[in-house]
Amino acid sequence: MNTPRAASGPGGGIDLPAAPHAPRRFVALVGPPNSGKSTLFNQLTGLRQKVANFPGVTVEERRGLAKVASGKDVVLIDLPGVYSLVARSEDERVTHDVLMGTMPGTPKPDAVLLVLDATNLNRNLVLAAPVLALGLPTIVVLNMADELEARGGDLDPEALATRLGAPVALVSASRGEGLEPVVEFLGGELGVPASLELPALHDIPKCRQWAARLGDEAGYSPPAPPVWTRRLDGVFLHPVGGPAVFVLVVVAVFQTIFTVARPLMDLVDRAVSSSGAWLGAHLPASLFRELVVGGIWGGVGSVIVFLPQILLLFLFLGILEDSGYLARAALIADRTMSRAGLQGKSFLPLLSAYACAVPAVLSTRTIENKRDRIATILIAPFMTCSARLPVYTLIIAAFIPERPLLGPVLGTRAAALLGLYVLGFLAAFGTARLLKSSVLRSEGAPFLMEMPPYRWPTLRQIGLRLYDRAKIFLRRAGTVILAVSIALWILSNLPFAGGKPPAMAESVTGTVGRALEPLVAPLGFDWKIAIGLVTSLAAREVIVGTLGTIYGLEGDVNSAGLQAALRHDLAPGGAVALLVFFAFAMQCVSTIAVVRRETGGWRWPAIQFAWMTLLAYAGAFVANRLVTVFLA
Amino acid sequence: MRHNLKTTARETLADLRPGEEGTLDALDLPAGDARRLMELGFIPGARVSAGRAAPGGDPRVFRVDGSEIALRRATARHIRLRSAPGAAK
Repeated sequence: MNTPRAASGPGGGIDLPAAPHAPRRFVALVGPPNSGKSTLFNQLTGLRQKVANFPGVTVEERRGLAKVASGKDVVLIDLPGVYSLVARSEDERVTHDVLMGTMPGTPKPDAVLLVLDATNLNRNLVLAAPVLALGLPTIVVLNMADELEARGGDLDPEALATRLGAPVALVSASRGEGLEPVVEFLGGELGVPASLELPALHDIPKCRQWAARLGDEAGYSPPAPPVWTRRLDGVFLHPVGGPAVFVLVVVAVFQTIFTVARPLMDLVDRAVSSSGAWLGAHLPASLFRELVVGGIWGGVGSVIVFLPQILLLFLFLGILEDSGYLARAALIADRTMSRAGLQGKSFLPLLSAYACAVPAVLSTRTIENKRDRIATILIAPFMTCSARLPVYTLIIAAFIPERPLLGPVLGTRAAALLGLYVLGFLAAFGTARLLKSSVLRSEGAPFLMEMPPYRWPTLRQIGLRLYDRAKIFLRRAGTVILAVSIALWILSNLPFAGGKPPAMAESVTGTVGRALEPLVAPLGFDWKIAIGLVTSLAAREVIVGTLGTIYGLEGDVNSAGLQAALRHDLAPGGAVALLVFFAFAMQCVSTIAVVRRETGGWRWPAIQFAWMTLLAYAGAFVANRLVTVFLA
Repeated sequence: MRHNLKTTARETLADLRPGEEGTLDALDLPAGDARRLMELGFIPGARVSAGRAAPGGDPRVFRVDGSEIALRRATARHIRLRSAPGAAK
């Protein structure tokens, strides 16, 4: 699965150093899904990674620099997981094209790391046939050696190497054990595999027989069934217990996001406001000081506060995914998916949309049916992405008092947040039904999903992912949000009259806001929120920074001040309306851009934007009315 | 594993009850879908057993050759079993 991991956004991280002295060596990682390919990739490259998209297509390309003894420049390319080299989906085509050397912008690999799951050798070994047939220098990496041994399986790698005519390494990528031969291969002399008699590649039963015979000759005895997986499935897939655990897991995640994140967020908040105060005291009184303290610290600072919460969300998603529970959750949720007219393959993109809609839209490339794919793209932005979290948290903390609902398990605030996630989901569900019963009706493709054994998530894998997320979040805070904050601060200080900035309401910002106010007044919003809605078209969380800047100009920097200011300006009806608006509206330039590219034109993103805005406006209007009447 | 021997009506994977086993006969599916299932181990002659399922019994997990694969009933009923489940071979 590549849900949150795919959420690595546009742009790369570090630049891979060019080495003019030694020619680069490109090595492709190939393997079936769930073989631990990405774990091995992370183990070999560590933080020396760069994530980008393959040119022309939108499948994510992960490149990394491997550390080898000879000092050679070895670039690893982690290819999408495949069961064969027959290309049916976009993902598989990428793997196929890179290996054939026909992918523009990517050189033909000098060598291949074929990663296979040693606990399921007979099925995995089938992939060795087409890969070895490429004639590239290849090392066969049999992963999960620890699990094979623990479950009483056995295998002679030497014997298999002789049969395959290529080196074989038995490793445990998650523990980093047995990797020496792999590193040696990467840096050493490359030998072409001995030509061997391969089965006809299109005949799967023949290939399977070939793999089974090889396994027998290599003394392969398959491991005992994973006892713990069976036991855990007895609980997690129990007809009654399973859904109960599912609900409990979801509730626990939301409650923890609030309670555990709180002290961490307070810490960041204190750091932001005290550093802002320090700057205010030490910079000479000038417009520049106002810009730094009010504009930048107020704007960017009020967004950075949410970093702990976002990391916590990704920590949970990472643990759930790496442990294997997510596959079970997908199974439990499949019924609901099919009621919406969607196939199981839509589940993973939609799940990753909880992190960010952009990688979610990209990952729909695995859906072969075009109509199903478009339907999934159109509903993905309804799923509550992490950019909504700062907005939700801010408004909820400002307007909803914390009270226990179910003892210590669930409080009012977590329940409100959960409610917003459900609201987004319902909008997605309803929209999908509408689309699938009309313009995008289609025959379902078969749903098939592998259930991997349960495994302990490793600190290293999850840590790398959190590092990725933090980098993306901070980069956005340092670019988009910084730019918007500065622009907004400048516009809020114009027109300059008599050496003095105007009152906020008289500034350019205030004038624009007040011009828009009649439009949003029925929703219970004032002109400051109107400005926030405009700036949040760039990205949702920008509204927090915007309000931070606007109120910061009025003297508050920390978020408790922001909350108090919001309570002063916004009636409860308007607050709920704002939450509903954000649940439905498509305020994200990156998503619009990626939908346009993926659907090949402006038609679908235009329809999507119009529909989501309509729903947001209507929903917010109704919410404002209901709450106002209810509280009157 | 419990073998159900009084079975005569287990014609497809969808008819298998949890814990029951059968021998796969043929896949009545479009070529592309059949190929994908075969890559995952659903090859004629393979022993398949039914495992746990989502609430309501659909989709269900099937064990085949060391893998556990979940299939919807709509797919499973196109995968035919040999006539005497549990008695083949």
